Amino acid sequence: MSTHTHDDHHRPVDADAPVGYYEVMETAVRELLIGKQLIGPEEIRRQIEVLDSRTPALGAQVVVKAWLDPKFRARLLTDGRAACEELGISFYDDTRLIVLENTDKVHNLIVCTLCSCYPRPVLGLPPDWYKLKPFRARAVIEPRAVLAEFGTHIPDDIEIRVSDSTAMVRYLVLPLRPEGTEAYTEAQLAALVTRDTMIGVVQATIPRTQRTSL
Amino acid sequence: MSAIIPSREPSTPRIIKAEGEQPIFAPGDRVRITKRFPVGHYRVPSYLRGRTGSVEKVIEPAGIDNEEEGFGRNAGTKRHYYRVAIPLSELWPGYAGSYRDALHVEIFETWLERN
Repeated sequence: MSTHTHDDHHRPVDADAPVGYYEVMETAVRELLIGKQLIGPEEIRRQIEVLDSRTPALGAQVVVKAWLDPKFRARLLTDGRAACEELGISFYDDTRLIVLENTDKVHNLIVCTLCSCYPRPVLGLPPDWYKLKPFRARAVIEPRAVLAEFGTHIPDDIEIRVSDSTAMVRYLVLPLRPEGTEAYTEAQLAALVTRDTMIGVVQATIPRTQRTSL
Repeated sequence: MSAIIPSREPSTPRIIKAEGEQPIFAPGDRVRITKRFPVGHYRVPSYLRGRTGSVEKVIEPAGIDNEEEGFGRNAGTKRHYYRVAIPLSELWPGYAGSYRDALHVEIFETWLERN
């Protein structure tokens, strides 16, 4: 055991702050919908379960299958949603999915400058920084500087494609498979495909501790 | 009264597509993203108002106009979204990066005009 205490992350959530405008609005709309019997508490709870069941592990499964199966990869790049549906991943929000392939000449980055459009059916909820204005504004103005802050340095001869997700389409980045992973199992490959690699702020890499020769 | 039956090839019925079913723009077309007034809550980010780009691909299937729907009006006929590419060096004067770097964004047909 280390010396750290649990004071910080075991603190109870105190909702002591004054209730904000949108919080009041959300509560009012929810209570009206329930009051008018348009939806019930069970449907709200179920939708939260739907959202919670989506995590980056699903996206990693999709990416690994694309790395290992060229025919699936081709279908995924043609119609991202249909290929994910093959794996049982449903698009409960009725969005389309375009899968953006990173190559040795192209690096993709996704953002939603308007709000927080995100491939939730395959990745779950977006990280907080993805929803904050600094990332949303700077990703389209100076993507190389933003990537550098994530430790990702893209040479100038590699094209950066920033996809701004605004309406019906969601994007998922298909990262490059790292060299030296030819003998990896599916589970080992999946461990390299983190959420951030599928947003495009980092590249899939073999962790330093796993590298056998340098 | 006997009708004149035109001769036609068997098993080749000709389908005529309805308005809006077929995309107006094609990959490679130069397009301008229009401005709309008043400036409001649209699905086209304001930094793209009046910008020009090229159609990269037609997004299938056609979708409803979600701004009409968003403002409580039945959007009716479906139209296409297009993936439009705009070089970042054209968007931002003094852009520090490769001239190949580009923004890619989906734009609904009613927002685009030929450039």
